[in-house]
Amino acid sequence: MEALVKKRILQVLKGDQDAYGEIVELYKDKVYQISYRMLGNRHEAEDIAQEAFIRAFINIHSFNIDLKFSTWLFRIATNLCIDRIRKKKPDYYLDAEVAGTDGLNMYSQIPSKTDMPEKEIESLELEETIQSEILKLPEKYRTVIVLKYIEELSLIEISKILNLPIGTVKTRIHRGREALRKQLRHV
Amino acid sequence: MNCPDIYTDYMHDYLDEEITPDNETKLREHLLICADCQSHFQELKKTIALVQSTSHIQAPVNFTSAVMARLPNEKKQVGLKRWFRRHPMVTAASLFLTLMVGSLITGWNEDQEFSVSKNPNLIIENNTVIVPEGKTVNGDIVVKNGDLKIEGQVDGNVTVINGDINGEKYLASAGQVTGEIEEINQLFDWLWYHMKKITKDTVNIVK
Ligand SMILES: [Zn+2]
Repeated sequence: MEALVKKRILQVLKGDQDAYGEIVELYKDKVYQISYRMLGNRHEAEDIAQEAFIRAFINIHSFNIDLKFSTWLFRIATNLCIDRIRKKKPDYYLDAEVAGTDGLNMYSQIPSKTDMPEKEIESLELEETIQSEILKLPEKYRTVIVLKYIEELSLIEISKILNLPIGTVKTRIHRGREALRKQLRHV
Repeated sequence: MNCPDIYTDYMHDYLDEEITPDNETKLREHLLICADCQSHFQELKKTIALVQSTSHIQAPVNFTSAVMARLPNEKKQVGLKRWFRRHPMVTAASLFLTLMVGSLITGWNEDQEFSVSKNPNLIIENNTVIVPEGKTVNGDIVVKNGDLKIEGQVDGNVTVINGDINGEKYLASAGQVTGEIEEINQLFDWLWYHMKKITKDTVNIVK
């Protein structure tokens, strides 16, 4: 996949914008997923994920072609998410969720819960609980947990994405796990 | 829990798959005799399983096209190449084009004056041409370097070069323009417009 991506990047560098479309197709789910798990809101996640691809495009000339493109792209995406989290007032979230304005939680995506089998409702509720507990983590722990357990990236990749020593990444993962354990142990 | 922290560290090393065999043995031996550490370890493993169980979500439909639409404009050179690919008729007429392009581009650059086709029913305010409400303009309208606001009706084609058609969003429903609507805002469009005009004129002469 990396070889194909590099070929496309070279085309983009020559000014062929269409080649970038293929790159977006390849990574859109992963970038969207990082954003959604970090922000907990589909609308914001889409906004940030699009922004990440646009920034990557604009700065593509500064990408070192010998490196892994996904590492660079995920770094842009996580930085944008962290920025967004920092700018956001803590209570903004709750308000948005109470108002239920734009499909912010998983329920609102599903018109009628009463038609669903018991088991599906339960697993949906469980998933909501997990997502909301991830969102309660301080952003530095949330980032590593999302990259490690949702994107299933290695410690080395995470350390490259976040530009942090591997020891720091480990410590954050350990603390993130402990914090989540306390929140989720009675689930 | 009064156990030394080292056992918690071993647990995390284990979960990171970075525990040494020696330490793993120490951890296992301790877990056999310590219920607290055992439940701690189980809870950690359960936590990971729960986080991993969240189903993978996908980007919304049209995500890629939304990104592509927001990208800044590409370099003209490639755009030109692709444009030729998409309009093979023009490529075939490339000799003709080569002869024409120079003068047309010059025309594009020099021709920045506001102008509009004459019609008694048109109102002109600054650089905006207005088709007033209740009025019907018979014939084609060509606006250069200005905007067009359609409040009434146009019986003919509408062409706006280097400007906007403000009433555009109403057009679909109201059907105020009976002919074709065209906005020309780029050099390529401008060339294309002339090509079509020349072709049309040629066809008319042949007729
Ligand atoms: Zn113990």
